[in-house]
Amino acid sequence: MLTYTIRRLLMLIPVLFGMTIVVFFIIRAIPGDPAQVILGQQATKEAMAQLTEKLGLNDPWYVQFFHYVKGLLSGDLGESLRSSAPIKDEIWPYLAATLELSLVAMLIAIFIGVNAGIISAWFQNSWFDYTAMILALIGISIPVFWLGLMEQWAFSLELGWLPSTGRENVRDPVEVVTNLYLIDTLIAGRFDQFGEVIRHLILPSLALATIPMAIIARITRSSMLEVMRSDYIRTARAKGMRMFFVVYKHSLKNAVIPVLTVIGLQVGLLLGGAILTETIFGWPGIGRYIYEAIGFRDYPVIQSGILIIATIFILINLVVDLLYVAIDPRIKYN
Amino acid sequence: MKGESVLEVKNLRTSFFTDDGEVAAVDDIDFYINKGEILGVVGESGCGKSVTSLSIMGLVPSPPGKIVGGEILYKGEDLTKASEKRMRQIRGNDITMIFQEPMTSLNPLFTIGNQIMETIRLHNKWNKQQVKERAIEILQMVGLPRAEELLNEYPHQLSGGMRQRVMIAMAMVCNPQLLIADEPTTALDVTIQAQILKLMKKLNQDYQTAIMMITHDLGVVAEVCQRIVVMYAGKVVEEGDIATIYRNPKHPYTIGLIKSVPDMRKKVDRLYSIPGNVPKPGSIKDGCRFAARCEHAFDRCFRETPELYQTGEGQKVRCFLHEQQGGVSE
Repeated sequence: MLTYTIRRLLMLIPVLFGMTIVVFFIIRAIPGDPAQVILGQQATKEAMAQLTEKLGLNDPWYVQFFHYVKGLLSGDLGESLRSSAPIKDEIWPYLAATLELSLVAMLIAIFIGVNAGIISAWFQNSWFDYTAMILALIGISIPVFWLGLMEQWAFSLELGWLPSTGRENVRDPVEVVTNLYLIDTLIAGRFDQFGEVIRHLILPSLALATIPMAIIARITRSSMLEVMRSDYIRTARAKGMRMFFVVYKHSLKNAVIPVLTVIGLQVGLLLGGAILTETIFGWPGIGRYIYEAIGFRDYPVIQSGILIIATIFILINLVVDLLYVAIDPRIKYN
Repeated sequence: MKGESVLEVKNLRTSFFTDDGEVAAVDDIDFYINKGEILGVVGESGCGKSVTSLSIMGLVPSPPGKIVGGEILYKGEDLTKASEKRMRQIRGNDITMIFQEPMTSLNPLFTIGNQIMETIRLHNKWNKQQVKERAIEILQMVGLPRAEELLNEYPHQLSGGMRQRVMIAMAMVCNPQLLIADEPTTALDVTIQAQILKLMKKLNQDYQTAIMMITHDLGVVAEVCQRIVVMYAGKVVEEGDIATIYRNPKHPYTIGLIKSVPDMRKKVDRLYSIPGNVPKPGSIKDGCRFAARCEHAFDRCFRETPELYQTGEGQKVRCFLHEQQGGVSE
């Protein structure tokens, strides 16, 4: 188990190295010149040449790549071309904002999705089953940007219940400690602010949760249906067990592995794929950070941002793989 | 002979409602099980044996299945009318069940101990220590070694025979009045089969638990049962004491079944088999269901359905040949 974990962590190295190569070359294939973007259309040739030289962009690609990887190995993510600040210091607030949003979204998606899937399987072909599965189909098909805009229109504009953008009330900013505002407000003992942060989280996290929720519901349902037909479920019922426990204890544990796999993949997608949602809801997350960096051809930021997302993605899936072992005694990694 | 019965099934009819309409898997069957007796229920696959047992447990998959008529009397209480709550008290405590497939009948993700202790806790308000002690005791009772360690092991670490013993332990842990065993030895190899049968017979004798032994194996029946009910296509065709039926089977189907058991003392080139196949449930509306495969069938057999005729002490036969106590000779 421990050796397996260590081996998987070591495997991170070639994967991330491969990722680095791919990202490094793809962003350099995008037309556009960082110096031009930074200095603007009116910049003189001399100024641009000077800046390009200063940014090290005149070096051959392998020299640039070597510098970058060397930095990475010593824990240096590089400096932003735009702000000249170390990315290491700059990226955390954005990352924290995304983590907070996607965690809340994922919790909603898991709670509703798993339960909807279970109840649909339990009462297969009932009105609940049909309704839930039609909603899930709609949920998968809906474009997130449209859903986000509709939420803002309905709940902010028309009903005025919830704020449409941002993470906090800008007139009463959160005292930042960890950059996870739910935690920061609690540290400060500001429960009013905590409520405010939650109010800001509701619309974007619902928009973000829709697709994973729908996918989780469908996977849970089909996995549960298969399990509930098995002999050991009949045994559990023959013991005189309540259907509720038959479903939530004996069936769910057996049905949960494919659901976990999907959850792992979806968390990864949320981390990197929240750009649309973050843009619509003015959420200062890592998706927007990278998106803006692309606009400025801020190569180091793009590279390091993607690298961090990839690392988190791989780590989450490692955790999922380890959870399999915790759940199913028959699974052994050697 | 009918004594004090623990279970009495009267005119039970269980149907499955499919796209092709109602299919009666169990069609108007009657039988009873006396206290402490082992009753064999014999028949080919698809004759309604398993549906009968699931009906008694109230576990017929619904939809599409449903008990549409009759009574299942457990100590006088009609289980077809019992609430789900009452059925839960009965299942696992008064009436328990073991299944054909020991490999898949235990939940793979919970320990043996968890699964046995869960049954105890469902029906008793005992403390942790008492529950654990009872679990160990029952595992020892079914002849499993290292009972205490076994509590922490998972089903995949056990062999098929051991798993079936665990299933029996789980079924016996609350001292049930009736144990329904649905082909308990079919999936096991022969030596293990004998051990399991011996165990069941012992438990029956030691604890006076009545057993309803569902099987298609006449050898099993001869080994352990006192009485036998022969089913064919959802109906009981013959019923009686084991000795009477083996010595003097009356229904042509029973005769065929007994004839098709190979005899070690005779050398034959080809084993006997009953010609034809079991009819699809619901395909025969009128007449005797066995008529199409019966060498003694005559006109009336295809028009009318015979009753169960009493032909002797504790023997009943559903065949016109025995309407007036006549007999079919071999």
